Order: sequence, then C-alpha cells, then structure tokens
Amino acid sequence: MLDFKQLIKECKELAFDLNFTRAKRWKEEAPGRVVVGYMPVYFPREVLHAAGALPVAIFGGGDKKQVIRGDAYYQSYICHIPRSTLDIVLDGQTAHFDGYIFPSICDVIRNLSGIFKLNNIGKFIKYMDFPQNFLPEVGGVFYQQEMQHVMHYVQEINNKTVTTADLNHSIALYNKNRQLIERIYEIRQHYPWRMTIEEVYYVLRAGTVIPVEEHNQILEQVCNHIEQNIGEPQDKVKVVISGAFCEQPSIGLIKSIEEAGCYVVDDDYMLGSRMILGDISATTNSPLEAIAHAYIYQSQYSSSIYDVSNPKENRLAEIAKKRGADGVLFASASFCDPSLLDAPIFQKAFDKMGIRYIAFQFSENINQYKVIKEQVGAFSDSIKLWEDESVHIS
Amino acid sequence: MKSEVKKENSMILQKEMIEGLFNDLANAKANGRKVCYTFVPGNLSELIRTFDMLPVYPEINALQNAMRKKSAAYIKEAEKHAHSEDVCTYVKCDVGMLLKGNIGPTGQKLPEPDVLLLSYTGCFTFMKWFETLKREYPDTTVIMLHTPYQENGKMTPEMTQYMVKQFHEEVIPKMEAVSGIKFDEEKLKKHLELSKESEDWITKIFDTTKHRPSPIDAYFAGVYYIGPINIGFRGTQEAVDYYKALYAEIQERIQLGLGPVTPEGEMSEEKYRLVVEGPPNWTSFREFWKIFYDMGAVIVASSYTKVGGVYDLGWRHNPEKPLESLAEYCMNCYTNLNLPQRVDLLSKCIAEYGADGYVTNSIKSCNSFSAGQLAMMREIEDKLEVPVGFIESDLVDPRYFSYSNIKNRLESYFQMLAQRKMMKELANQPSNT
Ligand code: SF4
Ligand code: SF4
Repeated sequence: MLDFKQLIKECKELAFDLNFTRAKRWKEEAPGRVVVGYMPVYFPREVLHAAGALPVAIFGGGDKKQVIRGDAYYQSYICHIPRSTLDIVLDGQTAHFDGYIFPSICDVIRNLSGIFKLNNIGKFIKYMDFPQNFLPEVGGVFYQQEMQHVMHYVQEINNKTVTTADLNHSIALYNKNRQLIERIYEIRQHYPWRMTIEEVYYVLRAGTVIPVEEHNQILEQVCNHIEQNIGEPQDKVKVVISGAFCEQPSIGLIKSIEEAGCYVVDDDYMLGSRMILGDISATTNSPLEAIAHAYIYQSQYSSSIYDVSNPKENRLAEIAKKRGADGVLFASASFCDPSLLDAPIFQKAFDKMGIRYIAFQFSENINQYKVIKEQVGAFSDSIKLWEDESVHIS
Repeated sequence: MKSEVKKENSMILQKEMIEGLFNDLANAKANGRKVCYTFVPGNLSELIRTFDMLPVYPEINALQNAMRKKSAAYIKEAEKHAHSEDVCTYVKCDVGMLLKGNIGPTGQKLPEPDVLLLSYTGCFTFMKWFETLKREYPDTTVIMLHTPYQENGKMTPEMTQYMVKQFHEEVIPKMEAVSGIKFDEEKLKKHLELSKESEDWITKIFDTTKHRPSPIDAYFAGVYYIGPINIGFRGTQEAVDYYKALYAEIQERIQLGLGPVTPEGEMSEEKYRLVVEGPPNWTSFREFWKIFYDMGAVIVASSYTKVGGVYDLGWRHNPEKPLESLAEYCMNCYTNLNLPQRVDLLSKCIAEYGADGYVTNSIKSCNSFSAGQLAMMREIEDKLEVPVGFIESDLVDPRYFSYSNIKNRLESYFQMLAQRKMMKELANQPSNT
C-alpha cells in the first residue's frame, strides 16, 4: 500500500495526464479493448464498462495545455473547454481512443460533436441526448435507447454482446465508487482538515481516466487514511462551491479558496462522478431501466437538467444545510451559459433564504486568481465576524 | 436607389395581422383567452390554436424592443439583477422588460402566461429562460417538450415516438387542463393543412432568389417574410393569404426585372450574391443592412430564415399524421440540425442560388448558432471554394455592435469579391492570340 502522499501524487499525475497513458496501457494489455472518451459532465459509465470499454473523461486542458488550434475554431466569447479539448484531440493525444461521446449538457458541447464529425475524428461519435422528460415510460425509455446506441457502437468494434450480468456487475462497481466518494465527503464534512479539497480533486479526477476497479482501491485507501484522527483544525469557514460543473478551475484556484480561509465541504467539480445519488439496483433483470430510473429519480441537480419540478435552489440550500456550510461560492466558467443563466435564480433565492454567497467567474487556464482570493478571503472574514448567525434555510 | 418604398399589399396584411395579435393579447384576460408563452424554433402554433390560446414569443418581443431602441435599458436592468454580461441577450432583454412592467413592443402590457410551452429545440438557453420565467410566474404551468437533436443527420422513428409520447403524456393533457378545452384532432388537422400550404408558398418565395437580379433579399427582408409563419399564424388562412399576396408581388418584380426593395427604395444593381449564416443584429438593423445594399450585395439565402423550420428540403406538416408531424417539425428546425447538415444545407443554397460568397454574422451571446460557425465556414470554403467573410455582432445589445468594425471588415470582403469577379471575367474573355 502506498503512503497517502504518494497516493495523492499518483492521482495527480493520472488526473492531469493529457496523453491518457493509463488508458493506452489498459488497451494494450488485452486484445479487443475499446477506449471511449466522453466530454464532461456526466455519462452513465456503467454501460461502457459492461460493453468492455474504458470510459475516459476529457475535461479540457486546464492550464496544462497551450491552446493553439482550438482558438481557430472558437470565437473569443465561447468558453474555454471545447478549444483545449480540440487541441488535445488534434494533437493526437487521444489517438488511442476509439470513439467519443458528447453528453447533451449545452449548445457548445452539442456543436463540438459536429466539429468532431466534420473532422472525422474517431471510429464513432455519439451525441448522447439526455431526456428532459422525466416520466419513466417516456424519457426513461428514450434514455435506454440512447444507452443501447452506445453499446451498439462499442459492439461494432469488439463484437462483445453485453449481458444482464455484465451490466449488473458494472453497476455494482460504480455503486461502490460513488459510496466511497460520498464517504470521503462525509468525513470531510466533519473533519475537513484531514484532506484538502485539492487532494480530493486529484483523487476524483484520477477516477475519470482509469478503470473503476483501480479507482475503487484508491478510494478505499483514501477512506482508511482519513478515518484516522489526523491533522489539526484551522479557523476556517465551511463553504459549498457550485457552478464549476463542467469547465474546471485550475488547481491554483481550487487551492487558493481553502488558503483564503475556507474549507470546501461540497462542490460540483467532477460532478459526473457524483451525478447519481445513492445506489442503482445491481440485481435486476433490466439493468438499463435501472440506470434510466436512477437518472430520473436520483440525479443531482445540474445546470444542464431542466428542473422546474425540483428547483435547484432548494437542492443546493439542502446541500449547504446538510454539510453545515456557512456560505456558498458560485463559481462559473466564463461564458458558460448554463451556469451563468442559473446564477440569478440561485442568488435571488439565497437572498430570500438568507444564505450568504459570493459569485465569481474563472476560466480553466487562468493562473491569476489574486482578485478571487481576496474576494473569498473577505467573504470568509465577514462570516467569521458574524459567527453566531448560521445559515438559514427556509 | 431608384424609387421610394411604397407599402405593398403584403406589408399591410402583415401589419394588420401583428396588430391584431397584440390587441388580442392586450385584451386576453378580459376576454378569458389563455396565453401561452413559447419560442419560435419548434413553435407549435397549430396546437396552440387548437386549444384556442394566444401565443407570446419572448424572443420576438426582444428583437422588436431592440428595433425600437428599448433593449439597452432592459438589458441593464437584468444585469442589475445578477444576469451575466456574457449570456444570450434575448433573455436579458425579456427579463428586463418583465422587471419594468412587461410592457410589450407595441406599448401595451403583455398578459401573464397561463402556460410556458417549452418546446426545447436546438438551444439550451430556452430551457434556462423558462426556468427563470417559472420563478417569476410561480403559478404558471410549464410544459416541456424535449426535442432530440439530429445527431446523425436523421430523424429516426425512435425519436419521433419519444416526442409523440410526450405529446400524449405531457403536452396535450396539460394544455387541456390549462385551456379547459378537449383536444380535437380534427381541428388540429385543419390547421396542419393550412400550415402545409403556407410552407409551400414560403418555399416558393425564397426560391425566387434563383432569378437574376434576385427580386428579394432573403435575409434582411427575409426576416419580415418569416414573421407570420414564425409567430403563430402558421396554420391559418390569414398566413396563406399573406404568402399568396407576397408571392404575387414578387412575381411582378421578376416580370419587371426588378431587384430587392430596401428601406431606401429599389436596389439598382445586383453586384454580389451572398449566403449569410447567423441571426442579424437588431439594434442597428437598418445601418447593418445599408452596408450591404450600398455595395450592391443581395442575400440570396440565409440560415436565419430557417430557424422556425426548414422547408427547402421538401419537409411539410402532414395532416394525416398530426402528432408525428409536429414532432418532425420540431426536430427539423435549423439549429436542431447537426453541423454537417447545416453545412450541406448552406452549400446547397450557395450552389442553387449562384452565390458569390458566404458571410457569417457571429452572435456574441448565441452559442446555439455560434459555436461551430468557424468550422462550418472553413468546411464551406474548402468544399465550394467560395470566399468567406466573418463579422461579429450581437442580437439586441447595442454595446456589441461596432458599426465601423463591421463596415471595415465587409468593405475588405467586398474588395476581395470584386477582385475575384474581375479575375473570373478576365479568365472567361476570349484571348486575342
Ligand atoms: S463550460 Fe459551460 S458552456 Fe462550456 S462546455 Fe461546459 S457547460 Fe458548456
Ligand atoms: S441562445 Fe441563440 S437560439 Fe438560443 S435563445 Fe438566445 S438567440 Fe435564440
């Protein structure tokens, strides 16, 4: 077993390996293996796993990739993630990927699927249309058909027929994965000093590019480590971050929020890994239906899912309450329509509920976050000054 | 420019139709009419009429406010309420208008919605927009009709079934509940019959740009032509009559060898024929148009006039299959086509209408159109070897319309077109040797 520091270091390397070396090695380890890239945010990875494919998330290049070609594809007023993604792909860093999936999260990702098509990238390109209809017999059925298309594409490459047992096995593995992640958040809710949010980020992001079996082992080690009484609490306020669900802030920014006097006790970084709340039934005769139902009934709120029957502001307030947070940081990627269009809804509701918040914007490649750090610092100071006033959730 | 613009019969008809609609809206509550807010792409005019509701199109209000120079103040108001500078300005203009009393473009107060019909077609912003409105009108019913994207350039039976199920399970029951009227399929069929007729006419109208000179401008004037079909009149006899009248006028222009009518009269010489991708700018619409007609540039086709439905490729509403037909209509709107389909459609227009060039007007806050436009442009340039031009503006935010930048860019573009033309002519001249 690796020591904790070493483990985190390895996760960090995996998380930011934009050559996706682990996926490449995995593919070479046995014949017939298929690697499929998916764009953020969420994709039911269980389906690919069962089909004999390794799902690999592509979260753009962060501040690790200089964008050269992508800028020729995207106007300055479009968020950063598609351009760095294109640079990664056009530079051949995903040459070992067989196909690509574009979950329907926004118009930018939707049209990115078209750019991949125009450039004939990969053996298949699937735009995965998530239903915005939440009736199981309507949207649920459609969702199952979408998943079947994905399995069909993989089958065309590896000839593998997916059985119910395969799917149930994969579902169980991802259930375990989510349970372990949730365990980390639960422990951190009470003892956030045991592991920084930066470390959590590395661990979770590593899980999006390696086999789930390996990730589960890593998560178990992390849980064992932070279950011990380690570290010393500091005088920091607890906050929840919302809005950074797709384009990811640079590590410097993630770090500087805690450095500025906050413990991040919940967030929507790597939202896809935590999108389904709780377990999906892993013992049914219709596993695709189980996955579809989980999407319908157990999804986390997201700027990409139509929400009028389950308003996001109440759900975020609930998270803040559950985690005992002192306030919320709204972090949106610049030009991210879904996140920015949600901001007024959240802020108006939080004003009414008396929940403290601040809002700022970032882009994946900025490494100047002095202003944000100052803002966050002022925010945490102001909370400390009003210590006896807790979060009110009506 | 030769003559002054005279009001054609079709213009008068359209004006009357729109005034009538806004008057009906102003009196809707008093007359017990139910009001349905919805969007242009994927608009279910026929269904709304079947339930005897009146439609309100927030994006049309936004663009009309922009043309009346009211959008800047509304946008500022929305930004004061935490709306970002970066997002779709239609939304902010609409929210700002709401915050300032919901006085519509005609100066009359708009009625509150009884239903928000979210036929979510090819634009995520629609979804967020109605989520925002739902918070403003908490008692309103929201109906979501999810339209699958044409990811593979096809409308599959699966996609259609999914939509038809939504009609049965969600849309129709909720509309029945709000309107108190039982769904009458025969009534819907009658509307669809008339839709089909309007669609035939509008296709013929936009096809007249094959003539030289083109008798119409399919972008700047085109946005007026699509008015009735896009804002709730599709499926009515009024729309059919309007399009018939318009077609007759255009035929007359063809007979007389006339070019398009501009705000300053008839365009005298057609120098360049262009295809334009992207919506127009509304805040400086006239100035924007003038840059083109001053240069003798006529737009022979535009993607924007297809946002409310693509009829060029032969698709029509089908009264025999009413709900399937509504589903297919939604899926077939321009921004619900994938990029290769968009490229093919525009390439077809360039070839069929003999365009000399292709211009993209990229809208700062509209990702639905804009994300991917550069790739489309490159593809079209490579495939058809037509000169491509690129400008940037915004829909309804005057801060993002830079007249001089756009003019400079277009002037250089027209110079390039002129050179090309000259070289072509030289190449076609018989040699003396
Ligand atoms: S950052 Fe926002 S706008 Fe950009 S791709 Fe992601 S969800 Fe879409
Ligand atoms: S983003 Fe574009 S398509 Fe969507 S509402 Fe705004 S202008 Fe219309």
